[in-house]
Amino acid sequence: MTTTEKTAAVPGPRTPEAAGSPLLQVRDLHVEFHTRDGVVKAVNGVNYSVSAGETLAVLGESGSGKSVTAQAIMGILDMPPAKIPQGEILFRGQDMLTMSGEQRRKIRGAKIAMIFQDALSSLNPVLSVGYQLGEMFRVHQGLSKKAAKAKAIELMDKVKIPAAANRVGDYPHQFSGGMRQRIMIAMALALEPDLIIADEPTTALDVTVQAQVMDLLAELQREYNMGLILITHDLGVVADVADKIAVMYAGRIVEHAPVGELYKNPAHPYTRGLLDSIPRLDQKGQELYAIKGLPPNLLNIPGGCAFHPRCPKAQDVCRADVPALATVADGRGSACHFWKETIDG
Amino acid sequence: MAEVTKGVEREPILQVRNLVKHFPLTQGVLFKKQVGAVKAVDGISFDLYRGETLGIVGESGCGKSTVAKLLMNLERATAGEVFYKGEDITKLTGRALKAVRRNIQMVFQDPYTSLNPRMTVGDIIGEPFDIHPEVAPKGDRRRKVQELLDVVGLNPEYLNRYPHQFSGGQRQRIGIARGLALNPEIIICDEPVSALDVSVQAQVVNLMERLQNEFELSYLFIAHDLSVVRHISDRVGVMYLGKMAEIGTDEEIYEHPTHPYTQALLSAVPVPDPEARGGRERIILSGDVPSPANPPSGCRFRTRCWKAQDKCAEEIPLLAVPEALKDTDSLAAHASACHFAEEKDVVGAA
Repeated sequence: MTTTEKTAAVPGPRTPEAAGSPLLQVRDLHVEFHTRDGVVKAVNGVNYSVSAGETLAVLGESGSGKSVTAQAIMGILDMPPAKIPQGEILFRGQDMLTMSGEQRRKIRGAKIAMIFQDALSSLNPVLSVGYQLGEMFRVHQGLSKKAAKAKAIELMDKVKIPAAANRVGDYPHQFSGGMRQRIMIAMALALEPDLIIADEPTTALDVTVQAQVMDLLAELQREYNMGLILITHDLGVVADVADKIAVMYAGRIVEHAPVGELYKNPAHPYTRGLLDSIPRLDQKGQELYAIKGLPPNLLNIPGGCAFHPRCPKAQDVCRADVPALATVADGRGSACHFWKETIDG
Repeated sequence: MAEVTKGVEREPILQVRNLVKHFPLTQGVLFKKQVGAVKAVDGISFDLYRGETLGIVGESGCGKSTVAKLLMNLERATAGEVFYKGEDITKLTGRALKAVRRNIQMVFQDPYTSLNPRMTVGDIIGEPFDIHPEVAPKGDRRRKVQELLDVVGLNPEYLNRYPHQFSGGQRQRIGIARGLALNPEIIICDEPVSALDVSVQAQVVNLMERLQNEFELSYLFIAHDLSVVRHISDRVGVMYLGKMAEIGTDEEIYEHPTHPYTQALLSAVPVPDPEARGGRERIILSGDVPSPANPPSGCRFRTRCWKAQDKCAEEIPLLAVPEALKDTDSLAAHASACHFAEEKDVVGAA
């Protein structure tokens, strides 16, 4: 018999208690891919930081560089073709890009873990989920098979998989989409990391299951006081869980702000356009606002502000100069020449 | 039973009655025997009126895409009827079927796999004319295709390009142009904007609305994004596990839902407004959708429903206006398949 829990949604934005140094800092990160057709500039100078207990949402469309940044942090980019010509990724003050492979491996999984979008293709189909969860303990902590299995059951309980002890020997295909994503979360949590990067964790799930999984993630984050980088294109999911938000376009952060202010009063025309193109109740029967044109080709990013061909406010200066990330307010920035006019509406 | 529509009597262009599709599950290699069936669609009825958009929402596995295929007769229905202008199209074959299909076209979800990579855009959009040469005489086709490209907002010069040279949004426009080629009356759209980026999604939704006005199309718009469905639809049907749970006008469904599943679905949608956080009550359903091969007895939603009682396991609730509300003017008085249908305040997808 199932029960229905009615919860008030995730509580309002929290102030991160760790006011000290951030857990992770990305500084002026550049990533490019050398392909047959030329150099694809996927990330062009990204800066962001996350503290313990804090949720940073990275919002962007496909090709905005949000996932590539995450892969660079995890150190799972294929190099070549990828190259990081410039930038720093500081984890607790140490630059991970200059570390040896050995040092990096100790951080990956144990200190920073990642949850991928597609659980079915991220899990090995020919090994039981218990084996795959236990692997974390056998490899990193040298536990015996038996002890690792017990730990795996404990983890499956933690992420609320019913009858965990009976299902530990099941294979990924025997689980539903939501349950598989729970297993991915369990795997990320296994070594109690300080930071979790979730790349579109609920995009492949149905809404009712999405709500379950996001609630679980938020609950575990509070329990372990982890930092969370949530990569998504869904403005609704972000509004529900994030503390602060960074909007990416063509490999750059075009706006970053605490979540409430960004929704109330966006300081970049792209963010404004995204918010306006969500169908709203009072617009029924009218045309939706649509950002004209298409996202840019990263082989050939437009000069000046990359958004200028699609921007309603574009002037000559936008075609000529790349706008710097201007400080709009404390903890808030916008990379637009005309952010003042934008914020005033 | 047909749902009750308020206001002006309009002419239904498509009438679906007790439509059923069971996919057999077989065992054995040489002597195959049927051991069960996946009940993908299990008795649904609705009407589609001329010039309207009927939205169908539901989670994966609820049978909404199977309905689309049944209406196109791409799958043979196990039972039930689909009347197009009074003719049951589920029984048609050969030439008669071909004639009907000219008037019912489809736009698919994934613009990457629904366009043949080895055909040019001109050939893709022109292919319907090969099957129905009466629509466009041979010499006239090139011009027709260019017209269609123009109508969906693509450069008519792109005729000789291949699908891989276009972005996702542009490909979906190509898919729409192909759907329009034969001047159909009905277009069935199966998740037409789900694969697109947010900024491009709005462009395609606007295009579809403009085309509907221009060509007086009727849309059956299948999607899982509740806010997009609300924007484009005149009426909305909510499906769960092969059955219609609730159907009514967009306002009736979104503002006055009476089926517990609809209420849970609406409350689970993340609202793009951080200030709503914590303020609204969310109904978080436990568990997953049961297997359609072995659906629960009685009401199919009962295993996840907080209102479930013994009656729900025994009796299948009919899709009808709830007794208590029958004679009221309330917007809650629309067809809902629940024994305990009752309005509940949920702040849903705006």
